[in-house]
Amino acid sequence: MVYLTRKEHFNAAHRLYNPNWDEERNQAVFGKCANPNWHGHNYDLYVTVKARPHTETGFVFDVKRLSTIIREHIIEKLDHKNLNEDVDFMKGKMCSTENLAIEIWKQLEPHIPAGVQLHCIKLYETPRIYVEYFGE
Amino acid sequence: MKVSVFREEHFNAAHRLYNPEWDEATNTQIFGKCASPNYHGHNYDIVVKVTGEIDPQTGFVVNIVELSNIIKREVVSRFDHKNLNLDTEEFKNLNPTAENIVIVIYNLIRPHISEHLDLQVRLYETPRNFVEYPAGR
Repeated sequence: MVYLTRKEHFNAAHRLYNPNWDEERNQAVFGKCANPNWHGHNYDLYVTVKARPHTETGFVFDVKRLSTIIREHIIEKLDHKNLNEDVDFMKGKMCSTENLAIEIWKQLEPHIPAGVQLHCIKLYETPRIYVEYFGE
Repeated sequence: MKVSVFREEHFNAAHRLYNPEWDEATNTQIFGKCASPNYHGHNYDIVVKVTGEIDPQTGFVVNIVELSNIIKREVVSRFDHKNLNLDTEEFKNLNPTAENIVIVIYNLIRPHISEHLDLQVRLYETPRNFVEYPAGR
């Protein structure tokens, strides 16, 4: 089994805010991340798939095709957008990096062809903060 | 003998590029997805360069802890986790392009750096898009 990773990136605005809580509690839990007028990040997205390399191509998966799938289903929807306001698959969800990684997995998995498995979504919110999701 | 000293700081902010004198179509034509009405955002990295003679008493061009404190106080605390268009005085009437932001940052820091030292600021909007002010040194 070989693990193949493609890196993509997008820039987006968001805020951390639980609508069931009052402003004061949001501030206490989320601090400056709750700023009502949003803030933003340069997100780096690492998508890892796994398979045995194909005997005829030597590839786990055509990485150009993987890039196209990620761009079409994820980057197009997230880049230069407001994650809370503009993204259909984040509607009604907390826009944490954790939840975003899970939803990216859900969006991508149906487009990964048979014989290749999605292994990991690694999402950097800043160069020093990232999450990993393995579909469990 | 002059030496340059660099300090890097960072902040995360939302913004949009938008000229209020233009209609939406012109804004979208010129600024593309950067004009998105609900804002987008970046991890901005600031690299501040201070150049001058070494002070023989300290061995320093500039005390880098003080330099860090100046950047945090004057720049990071103003812009971190803010919407540059909505939350800051500096960009109420100024399009928050990287070019304009770097000049604003320079002007915020300059009064706190000794006159005999040169100052230059580099601002990364993304790892691959960055600007420098003053230019050409």
